[in-house]
Amino acid sequence: MEIVLALAIGILTGSGVWLLLRPRTFQVVIGLSLLSYAVNLFIFVMGWVRGGHAPFVEPGKVVDVASFADPLPQALVLTAIVISFAMTALLLVVLLAARGLTGTDHVDGREPDE
Amino acid sequence: MNFDDHLVVLPIVLPLAAGAAMLLLDERRHLLKAVMAVASVLVLIGIALALLRAADSQPVRVYALGGWPAPFGIVLVADRLAALMVLLTAVLGLAALAFSLARWQRAGPRFHSLLQLMLMGLNGAFLTGDLFNLFVFFELLLAASYALTLHGSGTARVRASLHYIAINLTASLLFLIGAALIYGVTGTLNMADLAVKIPGVSPDDVFLLEAGAAILGVAFLVKAGMWPLGFWLPTTYAAASAPAAAIFAILSKVGVYAVLRLWLLFFDGAHGGELLLYGGMATLAFGLIGVLASQALGRLAGFSLIVSSGTLLAVIGSGQPAATGAALFYLVVSTLGVSAFFLLIELVERAREPGADILAVTAAAFLGADEDDGPEEEVGVAIPATMALLGLSFACCGLLIAGLPPLPAFLAKVGMLGALLAPQPVPAASWALLALLSLSGLAAVIAMGRAGVRIFWATQRSVPRVRVIEMAPVALLLGLCFALTVAAGPAMRYLQDTAQALHAPRAYIEGVLGK
Repeated sequence: MEIVLALAIGILTGSGVWLLLRPRTFQVVIGLSLLSYAVNLFIFVMGWVRGGHAPFVEPGKVVDVASFADPLPQALVLTAIVISFAMTALLLVVLLAARGLTGTDHVDGREPDE
Repeated sequence: MNFDDHLVVLPIVLPLAAGAAMLLLDERRHLLKAVMAVASVLVLIGIALALLRAADSQPVRVYALGGWPAPFGIVLVADRLAALMVLLTAVLGLAALAFSLARWQRAGPRFHSLLQLMLMGLNGAFLTGDLFNLFVFFELLLAASYALTLHGSGTARVRASLHYIAINLTASLLFLIGAALIYGVTGTLNMADLAVKIPGVSPDDVFLLEAGAAILGVAFLVKAGMWPLGFWLPTTYAAASAPAAAIFAILSKVGVYAVLRLWLLFFDGAHGGELLLYGGMATLAFGLIGVLASQALGRLAGFSLIVSSGTLLAVIGSGQPAATGAALFYLVVSTLGVSAFFLLIELVERAREPGADILAVTAAAFLGADEDDGPEEEVGVAIPATMALLGLSFACCGLLIAGLPPLPAFLAKVGMLGALLAPQPVPAASWALLALLSLSGLAAVIAMGRAGVRIFWATQRSVPRVRVIEMAPVALLLGLCFALTVAAGPAMRYLQDTAQALHAPRAYIEGVLGK
């Protein structure tokens, strides 16, 4: 399971960084989204415990805390998802404004040969 | 309810409430919004002063959000440094707000709400005692700053914002990776608890922890504008509207603040000092060249901020408490100075012909034919009071940015150099820093002098229409700098105490964890 997650994070990060370095604004937005997915998975994995059970304690039972998944990173991931979602939306608006004002979707606002 | 108990949380709650309430009001009710915003900022200054006074007598004040004790709940911590930064934020907020009342508040929607939310984010970032909470407040202040950069719209602003947002979003992702790694190794996010647990991390995990801290550091240094991570800064700040740029002057200091606080708390200044020192010196050199090369005033101010960031990082990286104290003095003074300069630029630009910011050499080459017409028009041109005031303010800003007497930036530079040259034998890096600091002062004098000559001694110019409400914030910020010269003794005492507390964080840790 760890290897699958590690591969997923690696592939997402690699694709994200590649797209982030591309010259078109839409590629940059998608790159940032992929990177944020990778980071969210990464935070999630930080609370991963082998066999991670849900952290519920039933009354009257003594449980082994070590077998639980850590719930805190899951809360952190929720916050991170909301923030990156909002920021991507904002960036999309700026992207559209830039497209409208400059007439090109190049990140510098002008085509390189001009 | 006793207000004194909740003093620490008020700098966050008040702007949040004011900003949210103003969202509900109609866009056309400028007067009501202006009154609310001014009231909020004035109260904020009062709160910040009370916090400063409280922090000086009781160095660590902890406020448990939700009532859960640290390290389980999230805490706010007001110590000397946090109180100082909150006060500085409130003062800049007042200046930017007053300036915007003349015309900028009408240049786009929801300026007042955004400014209040920005102040909330800044105050939260300075006051929080939790690493993830720091991330959230960083995002809040950045989100407000994205919108403020765009305030007034226009191609230049949108183009600069695109780069600014993309770079800062990437830096935020690095922040998350760093924070997650640190949490994965130590199992806590409370800063004081981290400081306790980091020395006990098992040797197998130390590299993970250090990698996490390094990634976190990169995220902060992007915000601070360290070379080679700060190329976005001059373009963005030059494109932003004047009141937004004035409040942005403290934005790069948030990165410096985070480095200063977490580096000394987590590693006691043991790792990475060289990186800060040499990185800061490279930033200083880059900023110095940038200041000389800038033709537009906005870029000149942006590069001055880079110089100030570089100076701070290099001096903090030297790791001496006395130097840190003087660096904090420099932080306050340079932030006030650059902020005033950003406001002043807008006023001065009104007096200039379009394209007047071409270098004198270039102008002579291209406009040489017109030179003959000059002398006749010069006759009888007296400098009116507006130009005299603007010129005086411009000279003050120049002295502040260059670090010349009688303004307090000079005292700060002397303090920093005195502390750096104190150990025997003096390290070679300190001599290099001395040379760079002097050169950066010289570069600022040359650049400001050149710009001043082109603006104030120009033969063809119109007297700009400047309103009192626009001149007052500049005068306020510069007046505060003069006050700091007069009150340099008590101010330095406070800041040296702050630096001592930062370099010996035991009181902070015990204060937060209640041991």
